[in-house]
Amino acid sequence: MRYLPKSPADRAAMQQAIGIRSIDDLFSPIPAEYRLARDLNVPRQMAESEIVDYFKQRAKENGEGYTSFLGAGAYAHYRPIVIDALVQRGEFLTSYTPYQAEFAQGTLQAIFEFQTMISELTGMDLANASMYDGSTAAAEAVMMAVRVTGKNSAVVARSLHPEYREVLTTYAAHQEIPLKTVAYTDSGQIDLKELEKAIGDDTACVLIQSPNFFGTIEDVEAIADIAHKRGALLIVSIAEAVSLGIVEPPRTADIVAMEAQSFGVPLGFGGPYCGVLATKDKFVRQMPGRLAGQTVDKNGKRGFVLTLATREQHIRREKATSNICTNQALVALMVNIFMTVYGKVGLRELAKQNLAKATYAADQFSKHAKVLFSSAPRFNEFVVQTSEDPRAINSRLLEHKIVGGFPLKKFYPELGHAALWCSTELTTRSSIDKAIDIAVGRAADGDNSDRNLKNPEPVEVAR
Amino acid sequence: MTTKHITRKATRHISQNEGLIFEKSSPGKAAWKLPPLDVPEVDTAKLLGKQERKDLGNMPEVSEIEIMRHFTRLSTWNYAIDLGMYPLGSCTMKYNPRVNEFVARVEGLANGHPYQAEKISQGALQIMKTLSDCLLEITGMDAITLQPAAGAQGELTGLLMVRAYHESQGNARKKILIPDSAHGTNPATAATVGYAVENLKSNDRGMVDVAALAAQMNEDVAALMVTNPNTLGVFEQEIHKIADLLHEKGGLLYMDGANMNALVGKARPGDFGVDVMHLNLHKTFSTPHGGGGPGSGPVAVKKILSPFLPTPVVITKADGTLGFDYNRPQSVGRVRAFYGNFGMFIRALAYIFANGPDGLRQTTEDAVLNANYIRKGLEGVYDLPYSTPSMHEVVFSDKVQSKKGVKTMDLAKRLIDYGFHPYTTAFPLIVAGALMIEPTESEPKEELDLFIEAMKSIAEEVEEDPQFVLDAPHNTRISRLDETAAARKPILRWKPAPSAP
Repeated sequence: MRYLPKSPADRAAMQQAIGIRSIDDLFSPIPAEYRLARDLNVPRQMAESEIVDYFKQRAKENGEGYTSFLGAGAYAHYRPIVIDALVQRGEFLTSYTPYQAEFAQGTLQAIFEFQTMISELTGMDLANASMYDGSTAAAEAVMMAVRVTGKNSAVVARSLHPEYREVLTTYAAHQEIPLKTVAYTDSGQIDLKELEKAIGDDTACVLIQSPNFFGTIEDVEAIADIAHKRGALLIVSIAEAVSLGIVEPPRTADIVAMEAQSFGVPLGFGGPYCGVLATKDKFVRQMPGRLAGQTVDKNGKRGFVLTLATREQHIRREKATSNICTNQALVALMVNIFMTVYGKVGLRELAKQNLAKATYAADQFSKHAKVLFSSAPRFNEFVVQTSEDPRAINSRLLEHKIVGGFPLKKFYPELGHAALWCSTELTTRSSIDKAIDIAVGRAADGDNSDRNLKNPEPVEVAR
Repeated sequence: MTTKHITRKATRHISQNEGLIFEKSSPGKAAWKLPPLDVPEVDTAKLLGKQERKDLGNMPEVSEIEIMRHFTRLSTWNYAIDLGMYPLGSCTMKYNPRVNEFVARVEGLANGHPYQAEKISQGALQIMKTLSDCLLEITGMDAITLQPAAGAQGELTGLLMVRAYHESQGNARKKILIPDSAHGTNPATAATVGYAVENLKSNDRGMVDVAALAAQMNEDVAALMVTNPNTLGVFEQEIHKIADLLHEKGGLLYMDGANMNALVGKARPGDFGVDVMHLNLHKTFSTPHGGGGPGSGPVAVKKILSPFLPTPVVITKADGTLGFDYNRPQSVGRVRAFYGNFGMFIRALAYIFANGPDGLRQTTEDAVLNANYIRKGLEGVYDLPYSTPSMHEVVFSDKVQSKKGVKTMDLAKRLIDYGFHPYTTAFPLIVAGALMIEPTESEPKEELDLFIEAMKSIAEEVEEDPQFVLDAPHNTRISRLDETAAARKPILRWKPAPSAP
């Protein structure tokens, strides 16, 4: 077996040194009736070339070469080449959690820089080293707010990613945290009047997403005012990190629960991604997850360590702030490198391109269908309502190797035939034009030269 | 130090200094370039109004070469499996095959969107199905979810299912029994699921005290969480009695699969009475630790628990294609958005393919052989608190060395000077001053000999000059860091120095 570095002679010598006759002697502590006397029924040992072939074949069956308009919590952005060049260095890839600080300064300094950049971008005082993903970050943020306030319920926007809401429901169920959901208005933003009524004396926090699941930017300041007036914390979930380049960060929030996948992490069929929590200084001791801090060695030289570990499970056990242990360090490093590459100016320009592409796409769609929630600002996603079921539209698009918007019926049946479309800097104008042509039922043979029909027939809207 | 203590594994070498990236930043430098915009420019002020962001604060501005050097220099300050043995007990720091990284980056797999139609997701679904089948065969269980993002989330998922099962029987029950040798995540998880934690004492052989369990077991107990082999590296020889005691009173047996590297191909938890368990793909199945994640913590269960698996699960549909089943009314719900850390599924499956049944068995045998070789080599030099046979890891204590004032952490810091990453210190808690050593199968005999030699040499140093060991490490770019100061007044981000007035 090519990963195993011992010759038969090595094994024999080691067995002799230990004083055993056969390797089976070492497994004698396992009662004989539970020792497996046969081969496992798994595929036979394969050559590396066979393994590569197998996965290339699976990739071909997995949407390779399709143009996609999907967002909805997972975004296609360009990944600078340096990211994979750097994260594949063995010293990052094959090291463990930096508990032995003297031998892990590279990882620790990288985490410290990550925490700094996330804090800068979110407008918070500090950020942790990472959480599993945006959904669990949001759930952990709610549990944190319960600890901070001593209150026990949470108010959640219906425009929060539906799968994040599902995860929160799972986590909250046995913490005895009742959840109340607040609807959205015709602008796509949270209903402020309903929000005001939903908050009670026992409300620990209000959890919203901005840009929300429909791509609509919330009025965070107004929401913060309402929450704070009643002594509740405001948690803002951010699923599309690139928005932070051009959208004012939620500075009035108390906790930001973010999904940073957009920053250089492959779509990868849903994971691994990179959750992050950021918050105010005063809440740090209630925060879950690892934190790197700056300190000095005995010669006064700057160095970094994991700190405030007394919050964590390996010290506090059942009284810990969370059960989280392994997080997403290598993915956080991808995010870190992405943020460094684009930096102060590039992130803004990148976000601006996203905004321009989505604005163009929404404008084009609005000529043929109803684009919902147009009265409030949005980032790179928008909701299109059609007379035809979006699943039928998507089947048609699929024949042209285009993946259409995310049908909303499953989570928002009240929106009828609606789908959530996304455009990023990678979306080309021609692909937008072609997708719309096919979506509205005009034949598209790949030739877009005649796309401006004189009298476009408006698609009837379901609402 | 006398020449006999000069290490054979490592020597000094130039190490580049490097500041924080922010200290390299200056306006006008850039590492990015966007293509020309092919749609009309937008008026951001008009579109966003007061929501427009004007300033990105202290984000850096640097060039590409500076980024390459910055992170490359940082990387050289880390130790890694690629550099040598990394004997962290309970962490299973084995070789991370590079073909895993290659196949995870194949376009189509790396770029697949989680919401793309099932029709064009058959490749990803096939990978999930095949991995699931392999893991079920390896564990001897009946059903599985790949959704949990790491071991601790696997525990959470498992206990949620335990709770849902008991609720379906009419009584959620009150507590979880946890041996005193358990990982900290076990009690932390039980608390998250709303269960009280009751400690279970180990006996003098380092195993669950079956008599104590019999006394503590009653109908308030939802489950026992056991790690097997446990954190002492000891196989729970009475595991079936343990399972029977639980089952007689309607309780369930949860197994923390952190130490599956001792069992794959040799014994199956499903065969010895386990009802629910999690695996750590980043331990047993070679996906990289990456400095602390991403992990992946699939949970495998017996049939009685399968209705409670998180949604969605992968199923074979009537037409023979694969799909996701969301219609599971008894499910505990969802523990993570989408389907889990899919990139890790690819890597774990590539590892299983590279091994096959014979390779998996040989891997386990070598892992156990290596741990016992170290045990033999260091017995008599370090105190062995439990003489019970070791499986894939061995736990010594600092009992001998602490008489000179040298503790397990000090020994660990000195081991760094010898070119090895330390073992796990001060865990499990039932051993005062533990040295928990797990070499894994990835170490050749030569590396093990160097390690044994280094540990023996350190023991001699403790006798000759304990202060020298207490001051270690001596050869790293920084000496021991002031952790107390870090915690007292936390500095968790960089800020520019206040500019002169």
